[in-house]
This record gives sequence, structure tokens and C-alpha cells, in this order.
Amino acid sequence: MNALRRNVLKGAAGAGTVAVAVAAGLLKPTQAMAAWNKAAFDAKNVGDAMKGLGVSAPADSKDITIKAPDIAENGAVVPVEVTSGIAGTTAIAIIAEKNATPLVGSYNLSGGTQGFISTRIKMGQTSLVRAVVTAGGKSYTAAKEVKVTIGGCGG
Amino acid sequence: MAEPMRIRATMAGDVADVKVLMNHPMETGQRKDAKTGQLVPAHFIQEVTATLNGATVLAADLGSGISRNPYLGFKVKGAKAGDKVSVNWTDNKGDKNSAEATIG
Amino acid sequence: MKQQTIAKLLAGLTGLGIAFGAATALATPEADRQEFVKYYTTKYPNVKLEDYVYGALAFDADSKAQYDAIMEFPPYESQIEKGRKMWETPFKNGKTYADCLPNGGKMIAGNYPMFDEAKGKVVTLENAINDCRTANGEAAFKPGDKNTFGFLTAYMRTLSDGMLMNIKVEGPKAMAAYEDGKKTFFSRKGQLNFACASCHVQNAGVRLRSELISPAVGHAVHWPVFRGGDNLVTLQNRYSGCFKQVRAVPPAIDSVTMNNLEYFHSSLSNGLPMKASVFRK
Repeated sequence: MNALRRNVLKGAAGAGTVAVAVAAGLLKPTQAMAAWNKAAFDAKNVGDAMKGLGVSAPADSKDITIKAPDIAENGAVVPVEVTSGIAGTTAIAIIAEKNATPLVGSYNLSGGTQGFISTRIKMGQTSLVRAVVTAGGKSYTAAKEVKVTIGGCGG
Repeated sequence: MAEPMRIRATMAGDVADVKVLMNHPMETGQRKDAKTGQLVPAHFIQEVTATLNGATVLAADLGSGISRNPYLGFKVKGAKAGDKVSVNWTDNKGDKNSAEATIG
Repeated sequence: MKQQTIAKLLAGLTGLGIAFGAATALATPEADRQEFVKYYTTKYPNVKLEDYVYGALAFDADSKAQYDAIMEFPPYESQIEKGRKMWETPFKNGKTYADCLPNGGKMIAGNYPMFDEAKGKVVTLENAINDCRTANGEAAFKPGDKNTFGFLTAYMRTLSDGMLMNIKVEGPKAMAAYEDGKKTFFSRKGQLNFACASCHVQNAGVRLRSELISPAVGHAVHWPVFRGGDNLVTLQNRYSGCFKQVRAVPPAIDSVTMNNLEYFHSSLSNGLPMKASVFRK
């Protein structure tokens, strides 16, 4: 994950200068963060997306649970929930491997926020939905296949 | 310009369950307008930040692969009823929106 | 007009091979509904009748779980808000919809469509809304219009959430309209030569192409729907869609044929609770 944002998050909970500046209204919370990770989000394959996230060779983990449908009702709105049971989870990234740009969201957690993210994603076709978890400076991963079909009569 | 987002925050034991529904078209830039045949330009939320009593608890980067009218759920341990949760977002055009809720 | 029993009608749909109860000389709408319920619940003893309001979702846990996840915080709440503003904004003369609809518009949707003896025809909830508008000097909404009826009923129908469908068919004229609706439901139509019953009776609970087909009982209680969490579709919009999908020319929304169909079709869901503005794929 972006090192600058990680450091800012570490400081934000305490009496760091950034937190003081935010509290004084001098620096809006979004300004304190680094720019949106364009490289990772524009990546057209999983490998480049991971590189953009600063993640390499994440270990497969059974402590990551992905709750997502077996067959998506509608590829435009697929409910996905990632739960990480790995202690010290600081970030979760969600990747839809066969999307034109696989990285869908990257979530940095701090201050008691649990290893849990629930959201709804778009999927262009059947693919693995992959979660990448960062905990204790290491990366872990798990994936679940979600099928996307084109129905005949739903319209 | 953007419609207000909705936040629901409730306690489950010592964990605050926070659910947010943002209003945003989340256009990928790949969709063709049905009437004009032209590509609808990319327009999506890029950054979401959530704070608890002023301290940042979530800093997210989103891509256009998040569904229209984004839903986001997260949990914060150690929060308590009466605490204030604030969520704000910025999109790729620089539009912003923010909302606040008290944990019930 | 000669009354048609469900059994005779289905026998008339050659090749369906459905065994319905013994044909009786005079079938009442309630008897018809019970025939339908018996047919479905015999075929699917493990699906609870109260779950029929979920349609095809009652037959597939994976789909139902997605519905539950989305219904927890529906993405179309702002569209319903539009409807709420429309509902609460007074007309130019200062009156509101609540002033002219029965019970202020609350817990009434299950009574519609109803047969209006004075008018001699079936009246839908949308007709009642338009009557309210014109009685108060406002222009009527165009039938099936998403931006007016769509948003307004997306909110207004939620005021009847929980109400049990309660369609009354009393008197010979009402019965004739009911029978007309029943005839539409059971008549083959379009290039594909399917009746509504071909899919929603014969193939309820099974897949056609990749689609799991819903039973007709439980259909009418949950409209409008938001397809993909976004695209508002009313019940008669859906009838229109079904006609097109069997490659038939759909009757006009709010036509006598469509209103009689809605009258018959809704009565099949009598006793089931309504819930408006739900998610569908």
C-alpha cells in the first residue's frame, strides 16, 4: 500500500502534525492523503494491479473469507464481503480478475477498524474475485469464483 | 450537486457496524449513451475517508468497478454509542460530499 | 359469458399435460386461486407459500442471498425519495394525494385493481391516482411513465407494505373482467406461441434458458421493482416486456386488456403481504 498514506494514518490517530492540522481545519482529511493510486487502478491485469499496490507474491490464506454469490444475479451489482481473520490486518484490496481493469477497491484500515469490508462491485464476466490482505507488513490472498451470465427473460 | 449519502451506524457488542450508501453514477468511461451513441465519460468516486470522533479509521481508494450508488460496510471495534462517524468522498472530477452520523 | 375453470383452460393448452383438480361448473376466483396454490405447493412441497412473494428467489438460495444483501441498504433509495417528494407536494389548489385517496393512501394498494361498478370497468391504483390529480385541477400522468407514475408509486406503494393482497371480484360485470384477464393469462400469443401459463405455471421453479421461472402466485405483490438496483419497472411495464419476449405485440398500458389481466393476476396473490420497491436482477 502507498507508504505515505500508511504513515499519515499512523500519525492521524495520535497527536501527529497532520492530525493537528486536520483538527485546525487547515488540511482537509482527503488532502492529507496521497493521490489516488492511478497506476494500480489503470492496470489491465492482476500482476500489474498488485505491483501498483506494492504487493508481491501474497501467500494463500484460509483465514480470508470471501462472501460472494456463486452466480451473480446482475453483473452490475455483485455483493462482495471480505473478512480477514489475520491479526493486525491493515489493508484489504478487492480484485475482479477478468475485469478490464481488475483492481476494484483498496481499503486502508486503522484505529480499531476490523478486517472486514462489504461492498458491491461490477463484474464484466465470470472470474475469480480476489482479496489481498496486508497484515503485519506481509500480504495474503484468497479468491472465489463468481459466475456472470446473460439471462434470457430478466428484462 | 451530489445527493446526500446515507450512513447507518449501530453497535453490535463492542463493535460499531457502519453502513454507507453513496449516491454516484460510477461511470467507467466504457459505456455508450443509448441515445447519442457516444461514450459516457468516466465519472466515479476515487477516495473515501471515514473518521470516528475525528480520527481516520478508513481510507479507501475506489475504482470505476464499484457499483453505481456505492455501498460500503465496515466495522470499528472499541467505538461506542454516541460516537460520531463522518464519511467523505472525492470523485475524479473533484466533486466532494460528506455526511455524519451518530452511532446508535 | 361462459366461465372457464382452470382445469379446462389448461387442458386447452395442448401438450402441457398439467393435471389440475376436477373441473367444476362454477369456479370462483378464490377457488381458482386455491387450485393454483395446490398445483404449485404439490409440485414444490419444500417451498413455503409465504416465500412465493420472492418469486424465483424462493427457489434458489444463492439468488435470495444476493437479494437480502442488496435489500439491507437498497441503492435506489434516492429514487424512492423523489417519489416521496412528489407524494407530499400539494397540488396547486393546496390539496394532497392523501386528501383524495382512501385512508390517506396508506394500506390501500392491496385493494387494487378493483372493479368500479359506476364506471363499469377495472380501476387500477394508477387510475385512482390520476382521478385524484384531475379532480384537483392537475394534468393526468401518462400511463406507464417512469418519471411520474414510476417514482410516485415507488414511494406511495410502500405505504401499503405488509398489507395482504385483497382483490375482490363481486357481481357479474366484475366476474366478466376477471374472466377476461384469466383468458389473457392462458392464451397462447406471439411468435413463440407461449401463454403466461406456459412459463409461470408449467415451468415455474425450473429453468428456461438460464432463467429460473417464478410462479404466478406471489407475482403481483412486489411492484415496482428496481432491476439491477437501478432500473424502475412497474407491473404493467413487465407485462409489456413479457409480451415482447414471446414476440407478441403488447397491449397498451392501462388498456382494458392489461387492466383485466392485472385484476385476475393480482387476485392469485390474495392473502400474501405486499412489499413495494424491491430489488430484482
